[in-house]
Amino acid sequence: MPKRTDIKKILIIGSGPIIISQACEFDYSGAQAVKALKEEGYEVVLINSNPATIMTDPELADSTYIEPITPEFIAKVIEKERPDAMLPTLGGQTALNAAIKVAEMGILEKYNVELLAANIAVIKKAEGREEFRDAMRKINLKVPESRIVKTLEAAIIAGDELGFPIIVRPSFTLGGTGGGVAYNRQELVELCTSGLDLSMTTEVMLERSLLGWKEYELEVMRDKNDNVVIICSIENVDAMGVHTGDSITVAPAQTLTDREYQEMRDAAIAIIREIGVETGGSNVQFAVNPEDGELMVIEMNPRVSRSSALASKATGFPIAKIAAKLAVGYTLDELTNDITRETLAAFEPSIDYCVVKIPRWTFEKFPEADDVLTTSMKSVGETMSIGRTFKEAFQKAMRSLETGRFGFGGDGKQLLDHLDPEDLARGLRIPSSKRISFIYEALKRNMSLDELYDLTKIDRWFLFNFQQIIDTERDISARGFQGLDPEFLRFCKERGFSDQQLAYLTGTSEDDIRQLRKKLDILPVYKLVDTCAAEFESYTPYYYSTYEQENEAKKTDGKKIIILGGGPNRIGQGIEFDYCCVHAAFALREIGVESIMINSNPETVSTDYDTSDKLFFEPLTREDVLNIIDQEQPDGIIVQFGGQTPLNLAVPLAEAGVKIVGTQPDAIDRAEDRKRFQQFLQKLNLRQPDNDTVHTLDEALAAANRIGYPVVVRPSYVLGGRDMRIVYNDQGIKDFMLAVGGTSLEHPILIDKFLKDAIEIDVDAICDGRQTIIGGILEHVEEAGIHSGDSCSILPPHTLSADLIEEIKRASRAMAEELGVIGLMNVQFAVKDKQLYILEVNPRASRTVPFVSKATGVPLAKLATKVMMGATLQELGLTTEVEIKHWAVKESVFPFDRFEKVDTLLGPEMKSTGEVMGIDDNLGLAIAKAHLAASSKVPASGNVFISVRDNDKAAVLPVARALVELDFTIFATTATAAFLQKAGVACELINKISQGRPHILDKIQDGQISWIVNTSMGRRTTEDSYLIRRAALVYHIPYTTTISGAAALVKGIQELKNNEMVVHPVQYFTQSL
Amino acid sequence: MKALIALEDGTIFAGHSFTGHGEAIGEIVFNTSLSGYQEILTDPSYTGQIVTMTYPLIGNYGVNPEDMESAAIHPMAFLVKEYNPYPSNYRSTQTLADFLQQYGVLGVEGFDTRALVRHIRTKGAMKGIVSTRDMNHESLIKRAKEWPGLIGQDMVQRVTCREPYGWADNRPVPGTDFSTAQSGMDNPFKVVAFDFGIKYNQLRLLTQKGCRVQVVPATTSAETVLAMNPDGIFLSNGPGDPEGVEGVVDTIKSLLGKKPIFGICLGHQMLGLAYGGSAYKLKFGHRGGNQPVKDLTTGHVEITAQNHGFCIDPTSLPEDAVEVTHINLNDNSLEGMRHRKYPAFSVQYHPEYAPGPHDAIYLFDRFLAMMRR
Repeated sequence: MPKRTDIKKILIIGSGPIIISQACEFDYSGAQAVKALKEEGYEVVLINSNPATIMTDPELADSTYIEPITPEFIAKVIEKERPDAMLPTLGGQTALNAAIKVAEMGILEKYNVELLAANIAVIKKAEGREEFRDAMRKINLKVPESRIVKTLEAAIIAGDELGFPIIVRPSFTLGGTGGGVAYNRQELVELCTSGLDLSMTTEVMLERSLLGWKEYELEVMRDKNDNVVIICSIENVDAMGVHTGDSITVAPAQTLTDREYQEMRDAAIAIIREIGVETGGSNVQFAVNPEDGELMVIEMNPRVSRSSALASKATGFPIAKIAAKLAVGYTLDELTNDITRETLAAFEPSIDYCVVKIPRWTFEKFPEADDVLTTSMKSVGETMSIGRTFKEAFQKAMRSLETGRFGFGGDGKQLLDHLDPEDLARGLRIPSSKRISFIYEALKRNMSLDELYDLTKIDRWFLFNFQQIIDTERDISARGFQGLDPEFLRFCKERGFSDQQLAYLTGTSEDDIRQLRKKLDILPVYKLVDTCAAEFESYTPYYYSTYEQENEAKKTDGKKIIILGGGPNRIGQGIEFDYCCVHAAFALREIGVESIMINSNPETVSTDYDTSDKLFFEPLTREDVLNIIDQEQPDGIIVQFGGQTPLNLAVPLAEAGVKIVGTQPDAIDRAEDRKRFQQFLQKLNLRQPDNDTVHTLDEALAAANRIGYPVVVRPSYVLGGRDMRIVYNDQGIKDFMLAVGGTSLEHPILIDKFLKDAIEIDVDAICDGRQTIIGGILEHVEEAGIHSGDSCSILPPHTLSADLIEEIKRASRAMAEELGVIGLMNVQFAVKDKQLYILEVNPRASRTVPFVSKATGVPLAKLATKVMMGATLQELGLTTEVEIKHWAVKESVFPFDRFEKVDTLLGPEMKSTGEVMGIDDNLGLAIAKAHLAASSKVPASGNVFISVRDNDKAAVLPVARALVELDFTIFATTATAAFLQKAGVACELINKISQGRPHILDKIQDGQISWIVNTSMGRRTTEDSYLIRRAALVYHIPYTTTISGAAALVKGIQELKNNEMVVHPVQYFTQSL
Repeated sequence: MKALIALEDGTIFAGHSFTGHGEAIGEIVFNTSLSGYQEILTDPSYTGQIVTMTYPLIGNYGVNPEDMESAAIHPMAFLVKEYNPYPSNYRSTQTLADFLQQYGVLGVEGFDTRALVRHIRTKGAMKGIVSTRDMNHESLIKRAKEWPGLIGQDMVQRVTCREPYGWADNRPVPGTDFSTAQSGMDNPFKVVAFDFGIKYNQLRLLTQKGCRVQVVPATTSAETVLAMNPDGIFLSNGPGDPEGVEGVVDTIKSLLGKKPIFGICLGHQMLGLAYGGSAYKLKFGHRGGNQPVKDLTTGHVEITAQNHGFCIDPTSLPEDAVEVTHINLNDNSLEGMRHRKYPAFSVQYHPEYAPGPHDAIYLFDRFLAMMRR
């Protein structure tokens, strides 16, 4: 039976901002779903607060609401749009949770909206702990037993019932604080004593430990006729105890016999049936006892997930797209397999390669946090690679990570040869982001596989494969460059060794190896990801490289351009850049140029085989990119869209003779190189904060003193403000140099005068070499000193004079023209005492491009691509700058709750993982929407706690006054209270923690505080304010760490009091322009 | 140790033996199952064939005593991308290399198996030779060409049991007339199973479902079978061309209508011939665990395990006597049929899985229901 005709309009819920555990994969699935449903003729309404997504592109859905994903806003959208149905299974946990709440509000009933794919009962059965457990018992599947206890006595009884070892998890603590593993009753008593104390609800959960068990996932799909297929199996390299999102994983499962695999398959099918997921994809996680094969069900997600995105990329089977079609009534045997065209979606993909996923962590951004991997996910991104063997795929994945590694060791990086055996053993036993380096070191020291297994619980099969890599490394070192005969060199490449590794191990250069390879004709071939292990012909050019006999890449004629993607997500480089790359592909398609995408991030839309004409799922290294260039002979390559990753490759690629389209690498260098940039600005008569470039500590101290404190210090060539600091004295300079000196001083250190209390401005512009059009001017809410990626910003500027705006535009145009920008450019300005300063110029796509494009309706990245291909802005019809009459507010989202001990203060180093947009005709409401979307809470009444540093006291006064007018009660500690009262603002005094109880933490814990405004000097000053900020995090209380941020939110609260919140699709705002 | 693979059309691949010296001639086929190499190797239907696994990493979980589908290895040689010599699985008792060597079967790794698969897919299944001894391309190609191939050959006689046996305690026990056949269930059905190259899991499942199974050689006469007064007759899978198998079609014709009959794979093809149909050779066959089959009687799609190079032509079947019940969704080929008048049904695929999905296990229940009637 074909699609349903009784429904016409469908509401899809997105997943909101990028956070740890919810990233680009939901843009990939959401965008696929929107396209799939549109293709079927449905009217699609979308709600998603994340402007950096492809799914929120105005041309994708019929009505796109960039509004907070809260039950209230979804209700408003439903009320306005009156959809027939709502699809909640494509927007991650966010969408599922929101759907449940909307249903509980009675909205679905009231407006007669049908839930597609999974109804409320199904979602609850899958998500509810007890319901799920009961369901599994009903179908004779085992789940790890657990008990929730509130007393020590109950814990002891439960412990005896469960059997040791037992995992102890205090309820309601952040990041699993106070939990642990008890191997006997004594340890259980100890852990529960502290756990009950730590738990805010005096409650701990005890669970039978499956630590060390093997972990698997199956991706399951079901249609309304109860046809069920498994799309992919995934085996975790890391054993149970490490969150799947933090585990290195492999597809398909490697160490299961067919008998065991089929038992798991049967279980997965039984589960999706019992839970009752009517249509679509689900993910089921299993644990298997390596000693006897005992199977346990860990959990199931009745929706598409990060793993389903991975499975889609790993197999070529578009799970989200098919799920969307199944939701509207199709069955699997009515849908065709896009890749083979002749066969149907009713089958199970077979693959003839090995896929490895490695997470990307950013512990370096949170030095206070312990680099320990647990059941709470901490990675911010991931990379995937494909090879014909595990060894090849694994080494490719290691270099795809872009952490400076070129494979599994053999590159001279992250050496641990100095470790004493005990530290090595600890590094192996405790999972961390660096454990793979410990494994390498252990194998280098000839640790036996059994010993290594005992320490890591990583299956011996993987360990053996690691060992084979190291055996080959030893052979390479022993043979040297002269020993690289054709047969052996080919063997090394088959085992995934990069030219860099071979160069390091033979004491030669990457180019020496490359030339030797070319001379010996040892070149990669490209194989297809075809869903069927070559059983059927495939029509989708989705390639990976390997060293084998047959090359399947089809040489195409006609003009073609390579787009370099951004690689794995990290803080500072994520979905915004993927958005730009996707737009580049779309633009090329529009002008009839073949687009070739290279990327290694499985979460993204850019690695959807539908996005570009050809997709190479490959590491973004010089070697791998040059190989593809040799294969494809493109007419040019786009490096300005994928963030720092492709930019770092620009110069090496240009040197290798590759044509970079658009802005030339020299312009990038002119903007990045301090000396050249200074000359550039002098030529244009533009001002920058006094600055210097230094290489040594003495130089740094001299420069800082000449410029005058405070100064901003940072290493050159970084993205996301890595290691950037504001320094107030000589000691600060010394600390900084010590901190970065350890890593490298290959790039110099930049020192800038810090413009205190300056307003910061971001400009995105597009230039065709003749004309420059300003895409948008964003005014930051927070003063300069807080990384632009972390600050809240407002489009258009709301405090700048017309003259100043004109000056900003003039300066931007002058710089674009002088640099010779062809494409996009981003400038960061600061305004202090009405003087305009240039902080930074980046002749490339910036993080704010999608935001500006959504706010103004001008697809900057697409237009820039066409400009890079030779079109003029005039030809493209972009001759005037869009003046918007509405307000768009960007707010950032932070991962602090994932990391213990981390302070939530903002600074010059970027910490946010994602962003949201609030868009409205009213500025205050736009601010409120942005806040709601970012944290889901805007305080409406109650008590506000204000504690600010002396410098901020005058500035906080208007905020406090406004709050009193809004009927809030203000709580303040001694100094702030005295100041406020003196100024005539009523407030209640509350004890600091050091002043004895009841103090502010007690109030917070009692739920009596609805907002915290707390500013603090520089790095973690007082223990008090740190504890308050952490408590705010634990209790989900809105907290603001800048006065400007507080003032903006007050504006939002005021407007919320006076106005009814209304929702408009983004098309409403941009069509009127 | 270097090994060459030569195809009759002159294509050569060079790999390495992981089982020492050896040489084998056969039809080169590929299997797309991701797991289950042990079951594949011990499936008698692969007699006369050289099997290539499309999944590149083989040997990962070793070999164990429980996953045998017969008492021996049947393919002539086994081709993989990368042999993994370090098995990791709690049931593993032997490495794959040792297992192959124990049965004198050549294992070759280290070449572009995907290129070989693509070649077969485009050019069709072909004869080939694998050798570590003969390194002369012309000689290898010539010998591959000279090999008679499977068409018209009676491969069943090479694998059918010499003596009847009953299935008991998960193993064959020699004996006739159900004397050694056991079932743990009360009032079991008596089933005579023709061994055309039977897989043990067919016997395991029949027994589990409540049958006592007497296995008989392919050449057993209808009279002998009927004299045992079974409740049902089972026709097993087996190797090669159904039209090459001698005598069996007549036996089945004599049994039709006398007792409920259930056929699998070659057994299904033999039934097809007995109905008056004809068989043809598929371009490269169906071998794997992901083949979608639609049950036309329910509309339900099942994912099936398959292993066949020949197929019954549905247009050759008498429409008034035979109903097509299952088709393959990839190529619409015939996957199942039943007799409109007599209690007889059969499927081309392997509901007994091993290796493969368990979706079609319901067919055994249909057989039981048929016997119950």
